[in-house]
Order: sequence, then C-alpha cells, then structure tokens
Amino acid sequence: MKILVCITHVPDTTSKISFTDGNTKFDKTGVQYIIGPYDDYALARAVELKEQHGGSITVLNVGEAETEPTIRKALAIGADEAIRVNAFPSDAFFVAKQIASVAKEGAYDLILMGRESIDFNGGQVHSMVGELMGLPSVSPVMVLDIEGSTAKIQREIEGGKEFMELDMPFIAGCQEPIAEWKIPNMRGIMSARSKPLQVVDPTDDGVQADVEVFELPPAKEAVKLVDPENLDELVNLLKNEAKVL
Amino acid sequence: MAALAFVELEEGQAKKSSLEAVSYASEVEGSVTAISFGQMADGELDKIGAAGASKVLHVTDEKLATPNIMAYASAISEAMNKEGSNLLVLAKSSLGDPVAARVAIKTNAAMATNVTELPDTSDGFKVKCSIYTGKAFAITRLSSEKKILGLKKNAISIKEDGGTAEVEAFSPATDDGDFKVQVTNREKATGEILLPEADLVVSGGRGLKGPENWGMIEELAKAIGAATGCSKPVSDMEWRPHHEHVGQTGVKVSPSLYIAVGISGAIQHLAGVNSSKCILVINKDEEAPFFKAADYGVVGDAFEIVPKLTEAIKAQQG
Ligand SMILES: Cc1cc2nc3c(=O)[nH]c(=O)nc-3n(C[C@H](O)[C@H](O)[C@H](O)COP(=O)(O)OP(=O)(O)OC[C@H]3O[C@@H](n4cnc5c(N)ncnc54)[C@H](O)[C@@H]3O)c2cc1C
Repeated sequence: MKILVCITHVPDTTSKISFTDGNTKFDKTGVQYIIGPYDDYALARAVELKEQHGGSITVLNVGEAETEPTIRKALAIGADEAIRVNAFPSDAFFVAKQIASVAKEGAYDLILMGRESIDFNGGQVHSMVGELMGLPSVSPVMVLDIEGSTAKIQREIEGGKEFMELDMPFIAGCQEPIAEWKIPNMRGIMSARSKPLQVVDPTDDGVQADVEVFELPPAKEAVKLVDPENLDELVNLLKNEAKVL
Repeated sequence: MAALAFVELEEGQAKKSSLEAVSYASEVEGSVTAISFGQMADGELDKIGAAGASKVLHVTDEKLATPNIMAYASAISEAMNKEGSNLLVLAKSSLGDPVAARVAIKTNAAMATNVTELPDTSDGFKVKCSIYTGKAFAITRLSSEKKILGLKKNAISIKEDGGTAEVEAFSPATDDGDFKVQVTNREKATGEILLPEADLVVSGGRGLKGPENWGMIEELAKAIGAATGCSKPVSDMEWRPHHEHVGQTGVKVSPSLYIAVGISGAIQHLAGVNSSKCILVINKDEEAPFFKAADYGVVGDAFEIVPKLTEAIKAQQG
C-alpha cells in the first residue's frame, strides 16, 4: 500500500501569537515549530497501517526550506521518503493544487492529512484535493481500518459519528483517536538523516484568498471573583450585567 | 442575482447556524435563495423567510435525503449556476465545510472560512477570519468574482423580519461518481443540545474526578438549557464521549456563556473557547490559568458550588 501523508509546519500549540511589519507578518521570534497535531495523528496511523499491510509512506509538505527539520521529524517517526514543494503555502486552494499534482504522479492508495492546520484552521485542503482528483474525501476521521481494497471509517459529526465504507484511493482528514502520536526513537532519528527528501517546484497557480493584515483580539479585562457563599450575586451578574442567562 | 445560502436541516428543522448564514447573505447581497435537502418540518419555511430568504430550493430526491458531501456539492454548484449566484454562504459544520471546499473548486470561487463578521466592501471584498484557533484574526481579501464564506457561529444575529419565502422544487442532476462513499450507520445523540450550536455550555474537566460525578454538570446544564462539554483528558479517559471534547484539538465553541468546572485552562483548551462572549470559571485553585481568561470566577470546591449554583438559578427562575 502506498500512503501519502501531507503535513503542515506550524507554531507549537503553546506559542504566543504576535505579528510584525505593521501586522502583516507572523512574528517567528522564539516560536517553536512542530508537525501539525492533526497531521501527526495521520502520520501515526499511516505508520500503523504500513506495519499491518506493508507498503511505503511518503510525506509531503508545501513549504519553504525552513520546514525541513519538521519534515525530517516525520521521516524519523516512520515515513520512508519525503517531498517538499518549494513554495510558501499561501492559501488552501494553492496548497491543494500542489498536493493534487504530486499525488497524481505517485498513484497513492491513500492520502492522509490532518483535519485542519492549526494556524489557519481552514480544514478545506482535503476536500479540495479530493475534488481536484475526482476522489472522495472524508474528514474528520476517528477510525480508519483497511480490509483488502476497502476502508472502514468512523467520521465525527456534531453530537455523534458516521460509519462509512469506501474503496481506495481516497483522501482522509484525520483527528484523534485514530492513533496515538508517535515519538521518534534514536534509530528513527539517525535513519531520517539519510532518507530521500526531494524538493520540487510548485505548479504556478494563483492565490484566491489573500491576507492583507492580521489583528489580535482585544485584551481581556480582569476576572470578577464572586464569593462562593454568595451565588445569588453571581446569578444576578450573569443575568443583569453580562445578560447571558 | 441572488446569493445562495445552504440551510442544513436537522430532523427537519433548520439549524440556527444556517439561519445565521441566510441573514448574513441577505445583509451582503439583499436577495437570497436558500437550498435545503430532505424532509422539512412545518414552520421551517417561515423561519428561513424571516431570516432573509425569498426562495428555498428544496431537494426531495430520496437519494439525497441523507447527507452526501459529494452529491450535495454537485447540487449546490448547479444551484449557484441556475440562480446566477456569485456568493455562497454557509455555516461551518462537518457537512458544510467539505461541501463548501468542493464547491469552491467546481465553481472556481475564492473561499474564506471561520468568518466572524460582515465583509468590508469599501475597497474590494474583505472578510475577517478567525485564525490560530481564535488567538488572532486575518483580514482576508477575496479577489475572484465568485465567493464562498463559511461562517463561524455568531457572525451575525438571525433576522426575524426578512419576509416570506416560497418553495421551489429542485431536482439536481445526480452522478454515480458522487455516491462512492457508503454511509452504513449514523449514531447521533438525540434530544440533546448540540455543542457546536449551543448558546450556553457547561464543561467539566479532570477536577471532577470521574464520570460518576457528571450528574451535577448535567443538572446545571439542564437548568439553563445548556449543552455539556469537557476537556481533552476527560474524553481521552472516556469519562465523556469524544464529540464533547472542547479545545484546540476538539470542538471550538462560541456560546454567549461558557461555564468551566474543574478545568485548569491550558492554552490548548482556551483555544477552543476564546470566542465565547462570557466565561465563568469554577476552580478550587485561585492560581488556575483559566481565571486569566474568565469574566467571572468562583474559587472553591466544585462539588459544593455547582449544586448550589443550580439551586440559585432555579430559585431566580421562580
Ligand atoms: C497538542 C495538544 C493539543 C491539546 N488539545 C487539547 C484540547 O483540544 N482540549 C483540552 O482540553 N486539552 C487539550 N490538550 C491538553 C491540555 O494541555 C491540558 O492537559 C488539558 O486541557 C487539561 O485538562 P483539565 O483542565 O481537565 O485537567 P487539569 O489540568 O488536571 O486540571 C484540573 C483542574 O481542576 C481543578 N480542580 C480539581 N479538583 C477540583 C474541585 N474539587 N473543584 C474545583 N476545581 C477542582 C484543579 O485546580 C485544576 O485546575 C492538548 C495538549 C496538547 C499537547
């Protein structure tokens, strides 16, 4: 089974978010970058599926050279080879086109990625890739099992889940509890250094959604503490001051 | 030319977030056509009309009665063409998101998601999108002629004086290729208030010690008509179902009131709740980080405070 896992290179979930250059650029100072947590689930499941069914894992990132340590980490976790499309991932449409173009070349059985990136939270790329390739896409996937050429999937919906079956190839946007995050071991880290990482040029497709400026939410006022012995006052505040009850 | 709004029906009823989409489209474009699939309960047409739509394209084809992402995307693209719509508005959801992304490719539209307010059209078309899981916003310019907007909850309030909508039966072309995914079963909590739609949320964390202690959370929720949520460790330990998990890697909520009980307020949890209008934190540790993100707080033992709070609320309800 040939699996393609698409990963994002994003600020750690504990990062302080701030901007520079008149709020037009993300401030990378002191920020640690990681594999997107949802992509990390996709990768972990890919490693398990390879253990069960054999095959190979290719990891793909659309990003500039700075993302290579993140890609190497994915190789250390268990991907066999990597492709980096050398371009800034400007919007979902652009990224989806790059992924679809790599995926068409590789004839993968399964294309996995996270349900969304944790920087722009768009959650659009898997469906766009599916549409571009004329394939089904399913997200957010919590259970993914393969039997022969068929997949059995559980997808989360509001207040519950959907059980589905479909034939490979398809695209899945993953989330927990599809697998547990894998931490690279020493052997993985050593071997990752020599695994192939191919850099390819982007197809020159335009961007449709362009961020002009960033904003931060207004600072929160200090909390109003209410005495646990005076909960009537709390109810009163919620009703008459905040007007939320 | 009318804007198109996708109205999801949940057991025949228009979802509140979908009615927000109708009202949003009507503010932007004036004239709105809604599109809905499957059985529609009595009175829903009036609500959709009041929210701002003058017409509802109603798809009653049996094959499309249950949600099908690819087929709905095809149908909605066809409807956009038919209506000459340059704008599609829908609410973010497990159905709306993938449908919108596919329609964007089919119609060559520019798409923005997590939109939090009406667009700025003074110079082109710019929308404000929530990013970094609510920690920032991106003012995003959409340049294509066709545009698709996925709304975050509470981007706009639902109109009640729009008008009346007429129904038009719509039978979109169906393509076998759109039926490759076979939904074998659907498990859904019934009768509960759905977390992503909820206006009030009561959430519990590890501080509650075990699933057997959720009774008081459910009672508080019931007293105010709230949905229940939880922190990630709580769903990881299976004290609560996964679809209640709130935060960076779970459901993002934006209710008017979020009540957090025995949750420390880790940054990944806050990421899912920071667009709530008002936050009340109940925690025995006055140093808990959640108090920094809260509007109101009570420092003390949840096992004493929560039942008392429920009583106080019931007393004031009379
Ligand atoms: C990549 C990543 C993603 C994550 N995503 C999420 C996410 O989406 N959502 C999420 O929630 N977490 C997420 N986490 C986990 C997060 O970091 C915290 O570990 C988690 O939120 C803590 O849950 P908690 O507050 O319930 O538990 P704890 O941190 O253990 O807090 C329990 C709290 O209960 C209080 N308490 C104890 N007893 C009582 C009592 N009797 N009365 C009142 N208060 C009491 C304590 O003072 C404490 O503040 C993520 C972590 C990572 C690394």
